[in-house]
Amino acid sequence: MSTESATATATAPAAKGRNTKGGKGPRYARTGYLFVAPFMIAFTAMFLVPLAYAAWFSLFREQMIGGNVFVGLDNYTRAFTDPLLMAGLGRVALFFLIQVPVMMALALFFALALDSALVRLSRTVRLAIFMPYAVPSVVAALMWGFLYGPDFGPIAQFADRIGATAPDFLGADLMLGSIANIVTWEFTGYNMILLYAALRAIPVELYEAASVDGAGPWRIAWSIKIPLLRPAIVLCMVFSVIGSFQLFNEPSIMRTLAPNVIIAEYTPNLYAYNLAFVGQEYNYAAAVSFVLGFVIMAGSYLFMLATNRRSRS
Amino acid sequence: MNPRFRRRTGLAAALASPLAFGACARQRVDPPEQVSRAEIDEAMRTPTELNFWTWVPGIEKQVALFEEAYPDITVDVTNAAQGAGHYAKIRTALRAGRGAPDVAQIEYEMIPAFTITDHLLDLRPYGAGELEDRFVDWVWAQVSGPGGEVWAIPQDTGPMGMLYRADIFEAHGIEVPETWEAFAEAARALHRADPEVYLANFPPSQGAYFAGSLWQAGADPFAGSEGPVLNVDVTSEPVRRVAEYWAGLVAEGVVSTDPDFSDQWYQAANRGKYATWLTAAWGPVFLQSTAASTSGKWRAAPLPQWESGGPAAGNWGGSTNGVFNITEHPIQAAVFAQFINTDPECTKAMATEQFLFPPTKALLEDPEFTGMELEFYGGQKVNEVFAQISETVSPEFQWPPFNDQVRADYGATVGAAIAEGGDAAAALGDWRDRITAYAEYQGFTVEEAS
Repeated sequence: MSTESATATATAPAAKGRNTKGGKGPRYARTGYLFVAPFMIAFTAMFLVPLAYAAWFSLFREQMIGGNVFVGLDNYTRAFTDPLLMAGLGRVALFFLIQVPVMMALALFFALALDSALVRLSRTVRLAIFMPYAVPSVVAALMWGFLYGPDFGPIAQFADRIGATAPDFLGADLMLGSIANIVTWEFTGYNMILLYAALRAIPVELYEAASVDGAGPWRIAWSIKIPLLRPAIVLCMVFSVIGSFQLFNEPSIMRTLAPNVIIAEYTPNLYAYNLAFVGQEYNYAAAVSFVLGFVIMAGSYLFMLATNRRSRS
Repeated sequence: MNPRFRRRTGLAAALASPLAFGACARQRVDPPEQVSRAEIDEAMRTPTELNFWTWVPGIEKQVALFEEAYPDITVDVTNAAQGAGHYAKIRTALRAGRGAPDVAQIEYEMIPAFTITDHLLDLRPYGAGELEDRFVDWVWAQVSGPGGEVWAIPQDTGPMGMLYRADIFEAHGIEVPETWEAFAEAARALHRADPEVYLANFPPSQGAYFAGSLWQAGADPFAGSEGPVLNVDVTSEPVRRVAEYWAGLVAEGVVSTDPDFSDQWYQAANRGKYATWLTAAWGPVFLQSTAASTSGKWRAAPLPQWESGGPAAGNWGGSTNGVFNITEHPIQAAVFAQFINTDPECTKAMATEQFLFPPTKALLEDPEFTGMELEFYGGQKVNEVFAQISETVSPEFQWPPFNDQVRADYGATVGAAIAEGGDAAAALGDWRDRITAYAEYQGFTVEEAS
């Protein structure tokens, strides 16, 4: 840090001339660093250092018999050919492809509806849709786990009353869908708020001009609102890529209800957790975490690249 | 979904922080041949603070008795977690080289996991060798190492038995089955008579129950493993018999497969979905508190048998107190572990107030313990039933040095196959392959039974 501020001191005043406004440049620079210091210190200590340590750590292999040896990229080679990790990645990718479009469509629908001023009690509705986001995901998973209960859960009981059979929400076939439902419930409100805020930022003049040209509310929504929402939608999608690939809390909680369906490697994060804390394969778990990180980075980048291209063409 | 972003960093931090100190030299106690009486007496008069990690409710009582007997020693009790979380924290602290407890609660099945990493203190030099006669043989075998080491002091056990609903049995004219064959027939008959009721529930991911079942069937899959050599025999005839028995009953649809200790399972137990609970000696009091609405309807009996010859039982659960060799106070820690598990007043309170099923011969023969009549079981002397079962547990059962991994692999292979009523024999092969692959990765020399 000190060298950087030193260069700043040297260059800035040289351009402007020492005497006139001399003191200002360096003082600005120094105050700037002072302002970011609390963040940088916390960021370095809590994020960069552990990350670097985990990266270093992933290059070793510690065995119960035989001790600790440096193995270079062996753990990464293993990760990229690990069928359990690949299956987990496939599962969360499928989850992303199904859950995210549904959630985004709902969020967009609610945001447009609220923005159209056609909904009465719009504040209350907005709050109600946003509320699940305030429920901790662990609590949400527990609650939904209870609702899904095969014999005594409310849905099963109700189905039983009317002489039907409730689907096996916790069975192997429906589990991913059941988790997707919980996540949708949790995060639709959050995405809706982001989109709604972006909608409120669109200048009203555009709508006025459109109605003068004879556009109805559907036309305005389709041709003005949604195109202008693109940056906000892209942002939500990037968050969703990250969230989907890091799926952990919900399956981890549901695991106690269906241990044979949600296996240890159900999602990549769950797999890393179990590698570390059940199998004591700490080094490999660190490598798996990094591989997951790379996948998410690549996924987000590709997504942004694709949407950028389309908006330019 | 922004908040979920935090998770990976959290995981990275969790992975990194405990190990950051891993490089520090670990100071281990070099155990002396024998510690003299005088040395022990002197140590016990030296003001000392011991850290004790345990999940046992009400253990403060025994700690207080110990502190009364040795006023210079203070014991700090920490309830860090139960089961997996407890061991993960201990492992982390042991790797860090500091912050680990002097004494901890350790289940029998986890003792080899801490001896393979050379973390447990042999308690023989501190007088533990002389305690052998006080404990039931099979329990003592569980805490003994291949060289006669005493790795921990037994605290409670879980010889397995069967709790059954006398009212359901009576209503359907079911005799208490004495063989597994009779049990299977009763399961079919009961489910046919009342499709809402199952004679038993097979908890598919409960590896500890399955291990206890193998123990009863006479299997000993990891027998003879020592140090870097791991023997694996999970495809032997008795193992296959147990796995195929349950897979068969599940395939017929006459036993349920709810995960135990889940909401679903608690509700089902309360509402009479299960006519038995195949459990251990700690089960009766546990059930009493979780299925209160069924009071008076339950009875206890030994497990059905595979062979009509001699009765046999396995063990499920129970735990010990072990001392870690990073302790700075080996004498005090060893004396503490021995005291709370052998002092008559301590052990009596454990058995009659905390309802920990005792491993000591004295209590198992104590009429005040065996004669307790439990209302929940229609006034039956349940302790007596389990005390008799305890005598039929085989001393031949060895745990693998990485039991948590073996359990996880069991759930993914055998447990899953049984839950689906699938091919249990094939799943046992998968289980073996997973164990072998993991063991070899960890540097063991694996010897599979032919």
